[in-house]
Amino acid sequence: MRSVQEGSEGPKLDEIDRRIVLVTQGGLPLVADPWGAVADELGISADELLRRVRAMLETGAIRRIGAVPNHYAIGYTANGMSVWDIADARIDAVGEFVGALDFVTHCYRRPRRLPEWPYNLFAMVHGRSRDAVRQQIDDIARLIDQQFPGACRGRDVLFSSAILKKTGLRIGG
Amino acid sequence: MTSAGGHDEIDRALINALQGDFPLSRSPFADVARRVGIPQAQVLERIRRMLDTRVLTRFGPMFQIERMGGAFCLAAMEVPEARFDAVTEAVNAFAEVAHNYRREHALNMWFVLATERPEGIAEAAARIEEATGLSVFLFPKEREYFVEMKLEA
Repeated sequence: MRSVQEGSEGPKLDEIDRRIVLVTQGGLPLVADPWGAVADELGISADELLRRVRAMLETGAIRRIGAVPNHYAIGYTANGMSVWDIADARIDAVGEFVGALDFVTHCYRRPRRLPEWPYNLFAMVHGRSRDAVRQQIDDIARLIDQQFPGACRGRDVLFSSAILKKTGLRIGG
Repeated sequence: MTSAGGHDEIDRALINALQGDFPLSRSPFADVARRVGIPQAQVLERIRRMLDTRVLTRFGPMFQIERMGGAFCLAAMEVPEARFDAVTEAVNAFAEVAHNYRREHALNMWFVLATERPEGIAEAAARIEEATGLSVFLFPKEREYFVEMKLEA
């Protein structure tokens, strides 16, 4: 098992990388040459910026570059966090299986918080209606029972009813 | 056709084009414009409008703080309904809170903490407990089975 807070998986950022994060974490400038504009702001060449951004993509420090849609606005009004109590001996096999299903967008093993919280597998399911999400979660339950009889001891789904904040990562200046 | 969110087919094509790899070039929006088949000026204007109307929550690099020496952690609280708005305000005021969702469960507030150092998670949780008087349950990920966040618009 990993430590409680994971981290320190990758190289620390150097000072210029850190400033790249600071300047772009709120978003890229909406101009014809955004990378040139960011490079000017940092006082480095555009070539150096692009080389560093490419390296950060390779190490995974940048997951991807692009638009983050508001799920609600693009019609995915239902977002169900399905949570599962899976026998410890089977959890990784079940997790890999559930994570590979194409309507599951995130899938993690997390600690239980007994007695309040018996669930150790979290799988996020997005859909255009709550019924669609419930149907998909029923399908997951059926598939788990077929593949791993007896491994699932309970489940629940938590629908989100409001986005209270969504700013993404912010590091301090 | 315009949807309830106030965006049309071209917006949808643009959102889908922008969920892939944004070009690392000196004219990335021109490349996107060619892909979608509209002028560059319209690409920029549509992105700006979708950010203003919150069809898009952001546009740019998505950083993975764990690969930079930092940490992410899912957290949840059981917030009394009568205090929900005040607690939301108090929690959202923390820069470490990257996302926050209301969910229908006894644990009705679920947020993600993102900190530059792994030990920052427990510190932020303790300060949120102090600010709200409520317990914060931490759900660090022990293993990631899959992550993909591309939804077709």
